[in-house]
Amino acid sequence: MESNVILQAKNLTKIYGQNVIFKDISLDVTQGETIVIIGPSGTGKSTLLRCLNLLTRVNSGQVFLDGKEITAQGYNEDFVRQHIGMVFQNFLLFNHLTALDNVMVGLTRVKGMKKPQALEKAMHELTRVGLADRAGHYPGQLSGGQQQRVAIARALAMDPRVMLFDEPTSALDPELIGEVLTVMGQLARDRMTMLVVTHEMGFAREVADRIVFMEKGSIVEQGSPDDLFNHAQHERTREFLWKITELYGNKEKQKGGQ
Amino acid sequence: MSAFLDLFIRFFPDIMRGAGVTVLLTVEGLSAGFVLGLLAALGRNYGGRIWKGLAVAYIELFRGTPLLVQLFLIYYGLPGLGVTLSREWAAFLALGLNSGAYQAEYLRGSILAIGEGQMTAGRAIGLSKWKTIFHIILPQALRLAIPAWANEPVSLLKSTAVVFLIAVPELMAKAKSIAAQTYAPISAYIAVAIIYLAMVYLLDALLKWAERRSKIPGFEMEGKKA
Amino acid sequence: MLTDFVSYIIQGTVTTICVTLIALPSGLLVGLGLALINIYGGRWLSWLSSTFSLLMRGVPPIVLLFILYFVLGGNGSLINLEPFWAGSMSLGIVSSAYQMEILRGALLSVSGGQMTAARAIGMSRLKAIRYIILPQAIRLAIPPWSNEASIVLKDSSLVYALGVPEILRRAQQLSATSQQPFLAFGTAALIYFVLVFATNRLLDFISERSKLPTQPV
Repeated sequence: MESNVILQAKNLTKIYGQNVIFKDISLDVTQGETIVIIGPSGTGKSTLLRCLNLLTRVNSGQVFLDGKEITAQGYNEDFVRQHIGMVFQNFLLFNHLTALDNVMVGLTRVKGMKKPQALEKAMHELTRVGLADRAGHYPGQLSGGQQQRVAIARALAMDPRVMLFDEPTSALDPELIGEVLTVMGQLARDRMTMLVVTHEMGFAREVADRIVFMEKGSIVEQGSPDDLFNHAQHERTREFLWKITELYGNKEKQKGGQ
Repeated sequence: MSAFLDLFIRFFPDIMRGAGVTVLLTVEGLSAGFVLGLLAALGRNYGGRIWKGLAVAYIELFRGTPLLVQLFLIYYGLPGLGVTLSREWAAFLALGLNSGAYQAEYLRGSILAIGEGQMTAGRAIGLSKWKTIFHIILPQALRLAIPAWANEPVSLLKSTAVVFLIAVPELMAKAKSIAAQTYAPISAYIAVAIIYLAMVYLLDALLKWAERRSKIPGFEMEGKKA
Repeated sequence: MLTDFVSYIIQGTVTTICVTLIALPSGLLVGLGLALINIYGGRWLSWLSSTFSLLMRGVPPIVLLFILYFVLGGNGSLINLEPFWAGSMSLGIVSSAYQMEILRGALLSVSGGQMTAARAIGMSRLKAIRYIILPQAIRLAIPPWSNEASIVLKDSSLVYALGVPEILRRAQQLSATSQQPFLAFGTAALIYFVLVFATNRLLDFISERSKLPTQPV
């Protein structure tokens, strides 16, 4: 079976001042795959994500999108980011624009779409995340979960090759997490290529095709959810998963699973 | 360039005399303004209907009109009512009244920031209204107002320049006379501008030092607007 | 006779308003440009704009007015502008330094995350500034800018010293001819008061209208 590698990271190293954030990270992301990255806080997971869409620059290593090296000198960063979508922990919606305008602005101002077309596409994406009826609301009028879903719609509107999620539910009140994870789960089922950094183990177990465990700046272990949760090869992996399932296990029992 | 330096050196004593008068005017205006501002702020926050009305009228009138107009009104206008003041007194009065209105606003802001709670607490232990104001509220309000208030001395220093129009011999007046004597107006005014810059810089440094010395940890106004 | 009196001074009002309407917008344009290059323009331009701001704000406006007047207008200067234009533009240049500081503060207040999010959907820095940062910054800038507008209106009285026939100069002329100095200057003060009051009200109204909704509907 031929698999299509959409995103490829080769030997990425990021150093900030005296600290090595991560060293020699390599990762291949296949089309339609959902990869969940887990690990203790501060292990550079978020930074890694930001290096993939060039918001931050790596010190060494290469990133390839559809076979083209995007870390090459002089490669148009803005162009790259039209094809890689990102969802942030604190949503970062544009405060002065309605939900609809938030989703539309990339289409009209970046892709140069005409307004009627952009409107149609934007409403389509808002409907996809279940917020068509909030199109005229401003971020200040929306709950955290709603804001994050608009943020997802905004990223989806650009028709990205791959979606990056940087702890998308960490800033949400517990009862709002479910609505966002539901949208993400549906995206995964629709075969969107996704890279998700999260602490939500239930989501990882149910939705991920592959789980990557990162610690102290390197990938300790990776594999299918079954592999990692039931047959982990490294002690550290087992420790971490046990600890975090303890922590989040109760929450999941309350939610009644995904 | 050397012509400029010649001018600068030749008139330096004269320029310094002018600067001295400027500093004097600033200090006078600041002090008078402080007293007036304090009275106005107290009248506005704690006074009865009449005091409050007077305070508001004073503050609004002197912040809502240009200093130059106030100056002319006092120096040229009052004689029409039989009150004639010397130019020095007119300048002092205009600067003091003007500064007082702005200082009143800074103080009012910080008094409001202190909040009613402190007044309640003071009354609750038996202090009268005015005793509470003087022993509890003002000490805190004055400290709190310092960062925003620090704008005022510099602003006032710059404002004093307009009094040259009623022939008070301060720094700007010196510039005009030097310009007339040398037929080099640009050089004259630039020379004086440099002195103003120096004075503003020194004043600013002095205020920053004073601010650091008087800081109480944890006691600051958040998001204050001047 | 009183009406002639008052109308004479009121004609000065038109001049005062014109001076303000030239100085304030030009100060805004230049100030905006300076703020943008100060934040986004790199070290050299940033230093240049900061220095300009320090110089313009450390010297009394009237001194700058005179310097710029002799540079822009007067005999033997570069461009021979008459006092009205020299004065108005000088006030504009002075105001641009204060407006630069206001806009700079507002631009910096817009959180860095907004720029990040804008870049994440493929916007260039320029587009991000234009469509995302600036619209938000302008809203934040309105209150301090209203303050500056009042100040420019009041500082327009300084062009009196250049002989421009605005409110104060007319009041002075009238005071001389009528021997009623208190009435003359009192009227001038009153007119300024009304102008400042009206301007503040107008800008407060705009500030209220421009606020973004925060109540869930």
